Amino acid sequence: MTTTTQELAIAATGLRKSYGGKTVLDGIDIRVPAGTVFSLLGPNGAGKTTAVNILSTLLSADGGQARIAGHDLVAEAQAVRAAIGVTGQFSAVDGLITGEENMLLMADLHHLSKHEGRRVAGGLLERFDLVEAAKKPAATYSGGMKRRLDIAMTLVGDPRIIFLDEPTTGLDPRSRHNMWQIIRELVTGGVTVFLTTQYLEEADQLADRIGVLNGGKLVAEGSAEELKRLIPGGHVRLRFSDPVAYQSAASALREASRDDEALTLQIPSDGSQRELRAILDWLDAAGVEADELSVHTPDLDDVFFALTGSGPVLAQSARSSQSTEKETAR
Amino acid sequence: MSATKTTTTAAPRPRPANPFRDNLTMLRRNLLHARRYPSLTLNLLLTPIILLLLFVYVFGDVMSAGITGGPADRADYVAYLVPGILLLTAAMTSMGTAVSVATDMTEGIIARFRTMAISRTSVLIGHVIGSVIQTLMALVLVLGIALAIGFRPDATPVEWIAAAGLLALFSLALTWLMVGVGLVSPNAEGASNLGQPLVMLPFLSSAFVPVDAMPGWFGWFAEYQPFSPAIETLRGLLLGTGIGTTNAVLTVGWSLGLVVLGYLWSKAQFNREPRH
Repeated sequence: MTTTTQELAIAATGLRKSYGGKTVLDGIDIRVPAGTVFSLLGPNGAGKTTAVNILSTLLSADGGQARIAGHDLVAEAQAVRAAIGVTGQFSAVDGLITGEENMLLMADLHHLSKHEGRRVAGGLLERFDLVEAAKKPAATYSGGMKRRLDIAMTLVGDPRIIFLDEPTTGLDPRSRHNMWQIIRELVTGGVTVFLTTQYLEEADQLADRIGVLNGGKLVAEGSAEELKRLIPGGHVRLRFSDPVAYQSAASALREASRDDEALTLQIPSDGSQRELRAILDWLDAAGVEADELSVHTPDLDDVFFALTGSGPVLAQSARSSQSTEKETAR
Repeated sequence: MSATKTTTTAAPRPRPANPFRDNLTMLRRNLLHARRYPSLTLNLLLTPIILLLLFVYVFGDVMSAGITGGPADRADYVAYLVPGILLLTAAMTSMGTAVSVATDMTEGIIARFRTMAISRTSVLIGHVIGSVIQTLMALVLVLGIALAIGFRPDATPVEWIAAAGLLALFSLALTWLMVGVGLVSPNAEGASNLGQPLVMLPFLSSAFVPVDAMPGWFGWFAEYQPFSPAIETLRGLLLGTGIGTTNAVLTVGWSLGLVVLGYLWSKAQFNREPRH
């Protein structure tokens, strides 16, 4: 029943960081077994980037300890750096030089021989579909291409632990799915991935374990399934335009929560086919016709309301409920 | 908690530190930047060249009469002016270092360098050596123009070598200072403003007129600030005017002092925690 640090790619305890009196990380513990994907999930300002920056030796923590690949973060920073690769939130490519020159720069910094450097750079450019653009300045690349180049550069040193800070933020859906594919391939190769994201779906798709960060604290940790079980956010919403129909449906459906102004009813549901049919059957039987029926699946919003029950995610909430609407419209 | 995976994290491949190679790599990166985007250095070069032509062809006669008290002869003034213009060139191009360092620090790739197992100062050393090489090229160009308009040095080969060494050492000092300026500046504009006083120093030196021609307290400042001793020493090496031990010692002292100061300041700034 023990896990030695040898088997943990990342083992951090009590990490704290504050900027000018504002606490950004309030004592978090993270344990990531080697060869797995850990995702830190949270809204903007939750402290995700700070956590990545500390674990990747970019920032020093105010308190706490961490070992990365078995090396102490502070005392053996260079050994840690030799084991990790980092792709930050903002593209870490040199825009003034070409994609190929960026790759060769990394090869040189990893002290590869000229021949080896060309081989590795060429291979990665091909793998990330950048051969055509290789001779163009990186500044001219699209967002998705920059992100691919960024990851390709990170891989030159063949790191065993990779930090990805919001790797898909700002990418279009196709690029996002490409990025997920890339991350899956890395994991297949035995790499440990530490990933931050604002998207529950992304964590769901990729992570073995998810830590939910809010206000500098880990408010929950577990597999995607475990977390979803904590979230009671799934519901079916019925919208009416006829007040009479609304009233009769509302009085019959006791378990639904009412919104008298918008003439909508929310019925807790997991959105399964069986439950939907039951609701439809009931509507038919009661002779009530709703103008619109939509299924709402739990999202990051719901996670936060469920786990924190606090208000700092309100701004986030407005945006992600919009995206939920869009999904149900399909 | 039980371990589900038995995979152990592979120990990082042995990779001996190689600061020399890292410096060379970073130098190559900066030279690549300079070759692709030479406009910054070329723009900065315009000022000393225009000043050279302006002072020789517009003010030359008046200045030479004023300085020597003899007949107006712009050829004399060319000889007086060029050493100062050369050091002004070094100052102007070092300004480019501040701007390019400040710009570079806003790039994400610097954060990447910080998370890599490389020699940390190589990022700065690449900038410094790259800039000094650019400055030396600029100096050759300006010297070529000076020769074309009648500058006739009488230096021996040894004096030429000493002059080149002086210029290289002085450029190194200015460049290290400007790296520090670039590091404390939030952006290119800030770096350009903050570097301005250093670039103004040649105007408050013996570059254009002898310090004796300046009012007392000001003359004292002009005489001992880094540029005047360097200009006088360079003048002596190229034209055989008297250098004087004080000037020679001051030049070497200022240069070495500023190199050390600039290096320590820049290193401390670079190692400081990046702003949030």
